[in-house]
Amino acid sequence: MPEVDLAVTPLRELNAALHKLKPDTNETSWRVLNPRGQHAIAAGLDAPILVTVEGHAGYYCAGMNKQATVVINGNAGQGVAENMMSGQVHVKGDASQAAGATGCGGLLVIDGNASARCGISMKGIDIVVKGSVGHLSAFMAQAGNLVVLGDAGEALGDSIYEARLYVRGSVKSLGADCIEKEMRDEHKAELRRLLDAAGVDGAADVSEFRRYGSARKLYHFHIDNAGSY
Amino acid sequence: MTAQDRWLHTPPRKSATFDDASIAEIRRAAATGIYDIRGAGTKRKVPHFDDLLFLGASISRYPLEGYREKCATDVTIGTRFAKKPITLKIPITIAGMSFGSLSAQAKEALGRGASAVGTSPTTGDGGMTPEERSHSSILVYQLLPSRYGMNPDDLRRADAIEVVVGQGAKPGGGGMLLGQKISKRVAEMRTLPEGIDQRSACRHPDWTGPDDLEIKIQELREITDWEKPIYVKVGASRPYYDTALAIKAGADAVVLDGMQGGTAATQDVFIEHVGIPTLAAIPPAVQALQELGMHRKVQLIVSGGIRNGADVAKALALGADAVSIGTAALIALGDNDPHLEDEYRKLGTTAGAYDDWHEGRDPAGITTQDPALAARLDPVLAGRKLANYLTVMTLEAQTIARACGKSHVHNLEPEDLVALNVEAAAMARVPLAGTNWVPGVGQW
Repeated sequence: MPEVDLAVTPLRELNAALHKLKPDTNETSWRVLNPRGQHAIAAGLDAPILVTVEGHAGYYCAGMNKQATVVINGNAGQGVAENMMSGQVHVKGDASQAAGATGCGGLLVIDGNASARCGISMKGIDIVVKGSVGHLSAFMAQAGNLVVLGDAGEALGDSIYEARLYVRGSVKSLGADCIEKEMRDEHKAELRRLLDAAGVDGAADVSEFRRYGSARKLYHFHIDNAGSY
Repeated sequence: MTAQDRWLHTPPRKSATFDDASIAEIRRAAATGIYDIRGAGTKRKVPHFDDLLFLGASISRYPLEGYREKCATDVTIGTRFAKKPITLKIPITIAGMSFGSLSAQAKEALGRGASAVGTSPTTGDGGMTPEERSHSSILVYQLLPSRYGMNPDDLRRADAIEVVVGQGAKPGGGGMLLGQKISKRVAEMRTLPEGIDQRSACRHPDWTGPDDLEIKIQELREITDWEKPIYVKVGASRPYYDTALAIKAGADAVVLDGMQGGTAATQDVFIEHVGIPTLAAIPPAVQALQELGMHRKVQLIVSGGIRNGADVAKALALGADAVSIGTAALIALGDNDPHLEDEYRKLGTTAGAYDDWHEGRDPAGITTQDPALAARLDPVLAGRKLANYLTVMTLEAQTIARACGKSHVHNLEPEDLVALNVEAAAMARVPLAGTNWVPGVGQW
């Protein structure tokens, strides 16, 4: 297993080495030591490999990830897995703001809490937060699923489009055009799939969750809705 | 009324304050209850390049021969950090305009026209289309707040990356693409339901402020292995500080868009009342570059109301490395062409004034997603027209530069310029013509 110690190896060399990997590489498992909060660790990957970051990561860890699995044995800074296309990113600690922002695919799992704007402008990514999420999470969320096992802060799902939000705990407030929706069987099945994928097996009962989504009243600008903005 | 009676009555006099346009807008607002949305840039008269003149050669300055001596026009962007800077043959680029706001044919034509003369078009909100990439030899890929269509493959396919913070028509405002133009393809590219009124975010989702921007740029460089030049585009509002902060954040180039810069759609009140003119924006930006020792190292690309080679030359003389055109490029493709006057009349407007680009009913097939209308635009012919126009602008800029004795258009300088009025002199920081007075500079 290749190990890269960021205390001695420049980040640029690590990322360049990861980018050069071919799809059929034998070097499928990498360890990154001493990340010490550096930014853009393992950003822009495009190979089916596992990268384990042994410590805390700074901004944009695993940004725009494709195919790869990135595990962060620590906390993650702002924009972890931003604009992820596919693959999986697992934060074993807490995540800062804008986790999974604009993600188009793949799965982001956060074992701890996520700060404000988790899943902002998400475009197809699935996000499972085992703790709570901060304010304005799923702001302008377009597609994908955000699952929160804890609580959600203010203005959840503000100006949401077609993303689906599942929250087990309390929601401080819903944002503009975001409403609670019926939890039908297909949603329960989808939620079960997401929880299983995130390693939350029997610990969570899907019936404990509430579903939120778009009322679709603001999809077309109408003067009567001006007060909603 | 007899002729004698007329002398007894005050002749009709319209108010300068409540002019026809103001009155019409009051009536329109009263009737509809909603603000006016339109495309293009400001229509009010603001101090502009027309208010500047070149001095030309004299006894103390000798010119270059127009048909013999070389006057170069190339510009290289990205020399600060990028492993692969781009070199443009002319200092005129095509500004970011989205597929969605423009038809696929128009985007292809922009690529064809720009490539024919060795310069770059730019993507826009909604991502990069295959047509655009395949017809653009050098393509700039925008990273916008909405991140519609953003993906790392296109990031790597691009020749340069432009982080869009704002645009001159609406500094502080997001995008707007109304339902008429959200076709199936546009909706899919943006991951949105078809036919909705789409709003693009006004600020980036994953960074706030200059310190974050620096880290964001670092991420983009890491993803692309430090190969691509990275531009930062700002709407002209605080150009001194925005330029300095973009440099501090690690930009290879700063794109500065004045209030005459166009938009696909936004509120008229935004276009007309937010931001500052291009002329007023350039000197503070150049000052920031010079104070930081970055002039000509971080390239300055200026846009907003560039129409001809004189405008190009004046922007360069004030310190820009290149200019960018949007509205002018659409006109070159065929937008607002008088031969479509009958159709413009049916839309309640006239050639030269058509600005309802958001409605998607453009008879020229440019600002539309209607397949029948879009099919009217021949991308090959339109691309050729754009190339012709870019060539003319370049020749004009060279003509002026030679007249000022410059062997490269970048050798034009503020000393070559004077202003026709006090406002332009103050904004451009050049003397009022016939004097040595630069308002606001020195003891004055």
